[in-house]
Amino acid sequence: MTAFWILAPIMVVCALGLLFARKAVHCALLLAVVMISLAVLYAVQDAPFLFAVQIIVYTGAILMLFLFVLMLVGVDASDSVVETIRGQRLLAAGFGLVFGVTLVLGVAQVGIGAVTGLTKANEDGNVPAIAQVLFTKYVFAFEVTSALLITAALGAMVLAHRERLTPKPTQRAAAAQRMRDYAEHGKHLGPLPPPGVFARHNAVDTPALLPDGSVSEASISRVLAARGSVNRSPGSATQVERIGGDDTSVPPRDDSADQGGSGR
Amino acid sequence: MSATPFIVLSAILFTIGAVGVLTRRNAIVVFMCVELMLNASNLALVTFSRVNGNLDGQIAAFFVMVVAAAEVVVGLAIIMTIFRTRRSASVDDASLLKY
Amino acid sequence: MSVLAEEGHHVPVVDPGAAGSMALPLVLVIALPAFGAAVLLLGGRLTDRWGHLLGCLTVAASFVCSVILFITILGRDASDRQVGLDLWTWFSTGDWKVQFGLLYDPLSALFLLLITGVGGLIHVYSIGYMEHDERRRRFFGYLNLFVAAMLMLVLASDYVGVFLGWEGVGLASYLLIGFWQYKPTAAAAAKKAFVINRVGDIGLSLGVGLIFATFGTTSFARVSELTSGASGGVMTAIGLLLLLAACGKSAQFPLQTWLLDAMEGPTPVSALIHAATMVTAGVYLIVRSQFIFEYTSDARLAVAVIGTITLLMGAWIGCAKDDIKKVLAGSTMSQIGYMVLAAGLGVAGYAFAIFHLLMHGFFKANMFLGAGSVMHGTNDDVDMRHYGALRKAMPVTFLTFTMGYLAIIGFPGFDGFWSKDKIIEVALTQNVWLGLCALFGAGVTGFYMTRLMLMTFFGKSRWEDGVHPHESPKVMTIPLMVLAALSLLGGLLLLNDWIVDFLSPVTGVAPHEEPPLPAVVLSVIAVLVVAVGVAIAWMVFSRRDVPRTAPTKVSVFTTAGRNELYGDAFNDAIIVGPGKRFNVGLAAFDNGFVDGGAMGTASAFRGLSGRLRLAQNGFVRSYALGLLGGAALVLLALLVVNLG
Repeated sequence: MTAFWILAPIMVVCALGLLFARKAVHCALLLAVVMISLAVLYAVQDAPFLFAVQIIVYTGAILMLFLFVLMLVGVDASDSVVETIRGQRLLAAGFGLVFGVTLVLGVAQVGIGAVTGLTKANEDGNVPAIAQVLFTKYVFAFEVTSALLITAALGAMVLAHRERLTPKPTQRAAAAQRMRDYAEHGKHLGPLPPPGVFARHNAVDTPALLPDGSVSEASISRVLAARGSVNRSPGSATQVERIGGDDTSVPPRDDSADQGGSGR
Repeated sequence: MSATPFIVLSAILFTIGAVGVLTRRNAIVVFMCVELMLNASNLALVTFSRVNGNLDGQIAAFFVMVVAAAEVVVGLAIIMTIFRTRRSASVDDASLLKY
Repeated sequence: MSVLAEEGHHVPVVDPGAAGSMALPLVLVIALPAFGAAVLLLGGRLTDRWGHLLGCLTVAASFVCSVILFITILGRDASDRQVGLDLWTWFSTGDWKVQFGLLYDPLSALFLLLITGVGGLIHVYSIGYMEHDERRRRFFGYLNLFVAAMLMLVLASDYVGVFLGWEGVGLASYLLIGFWQYKPTAAAAAKKAFVINRVGDIGLSLGVGLIFATFGTTSFARVSELTSGASGGVMTAIGLLLLLAACGKSAQFPLQTWLLDAMEGPTPVSALIHAATMVTAGVYLIVRSQFIFEYTSDARLAVAVIGTITLLMGAWIGCAKDDIKKVLAGSTMSQIGYMVLAAGLGVAGYAFAIFHLLMHGFFKANMFLGAGSVMHGTNDDVDMRHYGALRKAMPVTFLTFTMGYLAIIGFPGFDGFWSKDKIIEVALTQNVWLGLCALFGAGVTGFYMTRLMLMTFFGKSRWEDGVHPHESPKVMTIPLMVLAALSLLGGLLLLNDWIVDFLSPVTGVAPHEEPPLPAVVLSVIAVLVVAVGVAIAWMVFSRRDVPRTAPTKVSVFTTAGRNELYGDAFNDAIIVGPGKRFNVGLAAFDNGFVDGGAMGTASAFRGLSGRLRLAQNGFVRSYALGLLGGAALVLLALLVVNLG
């Protein structure tokens, strides 16, 4: 019971954090805490097999999947605080409160009865006992689950697959396009400038400085810019900016230059 | 070791998950909240398994995990696809199917 | 009431004997015109060249058959003069078996002679009259169809057979009134005649239905055996329904309005159908159904009263109209009123009803054909105010018309004198008031017929420009002469009360009753009354010039007469108007209430759905909210139930 009373408040707080955290990554981490705690509670309740599965499958696989997808998706998707559906939050809170209170009250009212405990069931060890039940009583469901998993894998493949509608541009076509862009819009012909490399900020999140001392927006990844984690290189760049005089205008980065960028 | 606290905890976690589904708009977070609800029910299953003294509840929890895994795979793929076409992971933006 | 009904006397029962050698002519009488109609109507243009000749030939042959039949039964005993011929079972359902059979008895015999004889003459006349009509062949087809249907009507041995003929003549009448269908008035008149006849036909079908319901059979022979046992109320109901049928077909009040409009048809049609034969079918029906009417004095009184009303109305209308055919139509109404009156007087009057019917068939056909001849000579002008002084232009027409005129007013010696005189006498004997009305009607008849004669044949000519009246061709005048001769000589049938005796197997024998005054005195009175009418007409129309346009400042009586005693207005006000309003109301009810109910329900649901569908806002979180709310409610309910 000690483990429960230690973990339960942590789980509730983390779960509530899931409601209020602005960033999806934080949510994922909070969820991981809840899941690991759950795993511990499983272990406490004589379910060592589920303890392992919970950690491996949920915390290990599912949450990693979430993080992968977040990496792919969640960059631009910062959650707005403004609620768009009128009364949604209020009603959700109200219903949730009614639901939770009723459920808790109900559970508290109902006598669950004496706890039998799994000592007898786990006589030969938990894993053999589960295997015994799983491969006899639930063998059909088990087999069907395999079909479900295969179907899900196929479904995911189908969904993630993207049909190419236009032929893949050749290097020649890409080069021709760049020349055309230069001719028509005067777009820079050469490669994009690399990020700034400084003694203190030898990192991709630091923009390069142009010869006049201004910041080159094109030198940093757009993803970083969108995330708002661009280092404005406070030490050097601002000083250089100051030195560089009044010309602070930075030519806007042209999106079309990002031909091969499929990161989004 | 009484079972009621576990069940109550399960109920609380479930409710929090449900409210999260209702209030969060990022599809991935919504999905996480769904997982939280599933986990809360798993806790209840495991607890009842102990109360009843047999392993059926644990088996059920196991199946829930398997199904959840499958569901996460497909669900995330769907979110990916939606994001790819709409440039948004907000569940409110996918609201064309209406009156 | 007791004046009208002599309960307890012997009512004749229809009891036909076997047809034997008469079977063939009996069948041919109907089959020939039916065959002619079929050939002419189905043969199309192939028969254009000789169609009219075939039409005349079939009717003539039919007339020959009628004569043969007539002579055959003349040679038999009075008790042996009813001949039945069962052809085949028409249809049978349950206990009810309707035989397609013919019944030839003295009543049918006279009708056969009238229909085929006058009909044949009118066919011949039509050859000349319709000579320039490109649809003459079709006209003869319709005429043959009519003759066949009319013969069916009078020869049927069963009420259902009568109904067949009844509808057949109605159809032929409709087709012939609207023969010149390109004239809107003709088309409308045909429709009107058809619709009003439907009212009467409903009476007939209901009457036949009631007869079947009461007696379980519709054949004359069986019904006439059973009527003595039926209750008076049922008999009255049947009688009144048959009277309704007669009113429709014979243009009796209150279904009289179609007859004057029916004059839109070609004049031979008016002569044959709307004067001589079809319109007398009502009289035939009543006389034929004497075994019903004899048991219900109420219905008979109704018949007599209807007849009296109509004879006065017809005479009134005849006095006011300027259209020669409409004057004659009014006079037809009036004369049929006499017949119906006579038929309503019961066994004493039946024979005279039929007698007057025959005489009327002669003289009225004569006058209609005469009018047709006049129209033929004056470019189809029907307004008598455009005639005048035609006696010199068309002497044959004038002379034959005069025969008819003398006959209808009852000039002593002519056939109308004998027949009408008898009706007035019987009416005076049975019911003084009806008799006086009939007597008065005779005077009015003298007035309006004299007016017609004076305006048409005498005085100064008031012809339209370019009209050169001329005598009609021989093919038209010869029938006129024959009919004129019949008008003069028809009265011979009453010699020795021959016709009364001849018809007695059908109509029964009336107990002898003394008229209130000696018969000779009554005749003199009647002639004097007619003479007064003639004299008044002579004073009014001969001593002054007749204006070419009808004067507008006229007495209220004339106005009423010109408007056909407001029969149409009455129908419009009582039937058509309320009917239209009722239907408009029904339509409004249908649109407003029924449709409104349906549409209202639909739109209510649509409105509701319009509100409800807003719940489908596309936000998956809203749906999830509903889910959670529902789950919460279920939980609450569970909790309440478990705690409670």
